[in-house]
Amino acid sequence: MFFQETTPDTSGYMIAGYAIAFIVMALYVASLYLRARNLNQDVTMLEEMDKPAPPVQTNPARQARKSQTKSAGNKTVKPVTKKTRKNY
Amino acid sequence: MQPKPVALKVLDVAAIILLAISTYLALVFAPKELVMGDVQRVFYFHIGTAWTALLGFILAAIFSVVYLVNKDLKWDRLQVAAIEVSLIFFLITIVLGSIWARPAWNTWWTWDPRLTTAAVTELIYVAYFMLRQGIDDPDRRARFGAVYALIGGLSAPITFFAIRLFRTIHPVVIGGTNPEADGGFSMTADMRVAFFFALFAFTVIFIDLFWNRIRLGNLQDKVEQLKLKISM
Repeated sequence: MFFQETTPDTSGYMIAGYAIAFIVMALYVASLYLRARNLNQDVTMLEEMDKPAPPVQTNPARQARKSQTKSAGNKTVKPVTKKTRKNY
Repeated sequence: MQPKPVALKVLDVAAIILLAISTYLALVFAPKELVMGDVQRVFYFHIGTAWTALLGFILAAIFSVVYLVNKDLKWDRLQVAAIEVSLIFFLITIVLGSIWARPAWNTWWTWDPRLTTAAVTELIYVAYFMLRQGIDDPDRRARFGAVYALIGGLSAPITFFAIRLFRTIHPVVIGGTNPEADGGFSMTADMRVAFFFALFAFTVIFIDLFWNRIRLGNLQDKVEQLKLKISM
């Protein structure tokens, strides 16, 4: 190549070189962006999971009714043992 | 994630503008080299990416030493960021060199000392990420990574000096008079402008990508900590 008198046309190689350089850089920048986006989504989800559970809201009227029925039929339930099992 | 600092936003824009100017200088402003033709223009990006990549590998070795002394995971994240960006830049260097070699040396690849050391360096750092993937414990991963990056860092100066120490056909454009070299050329004043501007532009682009990658590392660390907190 170096003994020829006219300048060779090597523009195809030059274009290929610059195209590959830009594609590789663009892919890397895109990977940085996508990884950051995914990690941000993970952080949001994990922070939601990490929040303490809110206290359960109860209806006061229903709560009162529940306590009344409980006191009316307040029977002690014997645990099932070998002795009591005979009766069943 | 914390919002992007203004300085980083400015750096992002500056990096894009500098890349555009550098491309213009390389493709339009710099004159065509008479012996090789247009393919010589890949030299500006080839050297720009090579310079920053080798610098990044050496920086990573320095961060490794600091991590091994301090045991602070912040230095591990800096090390990973430097190596990842350098690996991408060095891949571009090797591909551009190969494309240049096809018309200049009539081959895509030859096992010349410079090309061999460059390929070994790239593979060393690919293996670095494979090593890290295989270790779950963050402290252990950081310690192994630091030792590996420290030893791997030796490959950067070896690659740089390969064309100055061994018989090679790779040209030494800056400060070299190697009679064995094939494809060397003398730079004109305009070529020097494009060359030094490319070095500057790629240094800024490297810093920008490095900073963005550090932020990504911080985010990864946050996710790992949150996962650990929830699982406990």
